[in-house]
Amino acid sequence: MGMTVSEKILARASGQEKTRAGEIVKAEVDVAMMPDLTTILSINAMREMGFRRVWDRDKVVIVLDHVAPASTLLAATVHRDIREFARDQSLKHLYDVDSGVCHQVLPERGHIKPGYLVVGADSHTCTHGAFGAFATGVGSTDMGAIIGTGKTWLRVPETIRVDVDGKLPEYVAPKDVILYIAGQIGADGATYKALEFGGGTVSGMSVSGRMTLCNMAIEMGGKAGIVEPDEKTFKFLEGRTDGIFDPVYVDEDATYKRVLRVDADTLEPQVACPHKVDNVKPISEVSGTRINQAFIGSCTNGRLEDLLVAASILDGRHVHRDARLLVVPASKEVYLQALDRGIIRSLLEAGAVVSNPSCGACFGGHIGLLAPGEVGITTSNRNFKGRQGSPEALVYLASPAVAAASAVMGVITDPRDLP
Amino acid sequence: MNTRLEGKAWKFGDDVNTDLIVPGKYLELVNYSEIALHAMEGIDPDFPKKVRKGDIVVGGRNFGCGSSREHAAIALKQVGVGAVIAESFARIFYRNAINLGLPVLECPAIVETVGEGDILDVDLIGGKVKNKTTGRELVFVPLPGFMVDILEEGGLVAYLKKHKDEC
Repeated sequence: MGMTVSEKILARASGQEKTRAGEIVKAEVDVAMMPDLTTILSINAMREMGFRRVWDRDKVVIVLDHVAPASTLLAATVHRDIREFARDQSLKHLYDVDSGVCHQVLPERGHIKPGYLVVGADSHTCTHGAFGAFATGVGSTDMGAIIGTGKTWLRVPETIRVDVDGKLPEYVAPKDVILYIAGQIGADGATYKALEFGGGTVSGMSVSGRMTLCNMAIEMGGKAGIVEPDEKTFKFLEGRTDGIFDPVYVDEDATYKRVLRVDADTLEPQVACPHKVDNVKPISEVSGTRINQAFIGSCTNGRLEDLLVAASILDGRHVHRDARLLVVPASKEVYLQALDRGIIRSLLEAGAVVSNPSCGACFGGHIGLLAPGEVGITTSNRNFKGRQGSPEALVYLASPAVAAASAVMGVITDPRDLP
Repeated sequence: MNTRLEGKAWKFGDDVNTDLIVPGKYLELVNYSEIALHAMEGIDPDFPKKVRKGDIVVGGRNFGCGSSREHAAIALKQVGVGAVIAESFARIFYRNAINLGLPVLECPAIVETVGEGDILDVDLIGGKVKNKTTGRELVFVPLPGFMVDILEEGGLVAYLKKHKDEC
């Protein structure tokens, strides 16, 4: 009997030839990542457990991203204490407030490789599965034990295979694919399971699009989202890592809990309506809904191709007078690329606010909040009640193209319908 | 900790996410008592004032979904919640709760069997919930042994102090 990607990676990480879904393994972690707002709790847990030093100063990566730069004294204090910890522990990788969102920064800076076991004290750690890694989110107490020992126990998950085939129509994006899948599987349909994404459409997608797919595995309860590595993966990682890879591929006779097939040819833009990520409708059912704010950014959709499509839609157009558009590049690298290509200028001239890279606008942090009664459309990953400010605000999830088109019209708009 | 618990039920619905349990604006907090002041703020801001030590939170499907923020489990534990019983749990919240010494029990029929304010008697080892208000009894699959061990020590921190090579 063959193994899934998850079974293979967890077998390797736990020093076994084979593992099976349902087994509990004690695995060695390749990378442990902490963003600013969960780091202090993790450090405190590590110390209370009696560990004085992290297990490997090269494998612990900290990114100050959620409140970057600090907007409150509390956040400033959290950042100060993290910097002191990193200095004291001689950590090799502290990415300060200029860097960007952790899930963008880690692959860009060469911390992710195919076949790795990555754990992060952030639920969207599953994003790194786009590079063929097994990547999963944990809480701070688990992270305290992990940075103290380099190990953690994990239940080997069953896998749901999602095969996407066909050609995506114009202005239909990886985000629409994953929103459609979330609508099919449901907000808890993949709980404790891994999602493996494959098929011709996924092979044809950029690394950026694959990150969008894997990013939202957690929105179905998934433990990991995985795309098998290929030449595109290796090309992205070349020059960022040492170039020595140990990629893992699924066996032909691997056992899946469920196989879902998605036809890309017939997909239209999708929108997740308030207040649940699986409340997904084709855009034709919600177009015309008034919006006050569009947000393009986050670990889901803050990459160069996302900003590029937004700029192309805003070219020769302007943000509607009753709406505002907030654009947040996911990292400094993305920001610089967008600057070089004139994207930032185009967005600014079209009426967008462009902010420095951070997570703030996604989770109701320090920028871009919605007032009571307001409606936001966002390219991020959660539309929970209160997620982006007031509990009396409504949040819709959509692709960058839909968010940009909606910003132009002031109502939810299919980019293909723009005048 | 005691493996028999008795407390009043506070009922919540399906998909109670961790943003509702502790909204994002409080994630800068690191002090457990301060975090607890915001327990369930996204649903019922008065919950911390009303809940009594040992009370039991009852949820529907997918309790604790969303963010990995341990603040959610910390808030419930610190505000005095004795256990969370739900039809199902999201994975990271479930793990965080066990790690903090907060019992989390999956019990598929719990929502229909319990009314707001009912008094529940929970037997963690025996896998039983008795609704003392109605007399009805439910069974659940007892927690695996190593989770009970972690709970009995009061959480993973205390557990690892004793068993340093295990995690």
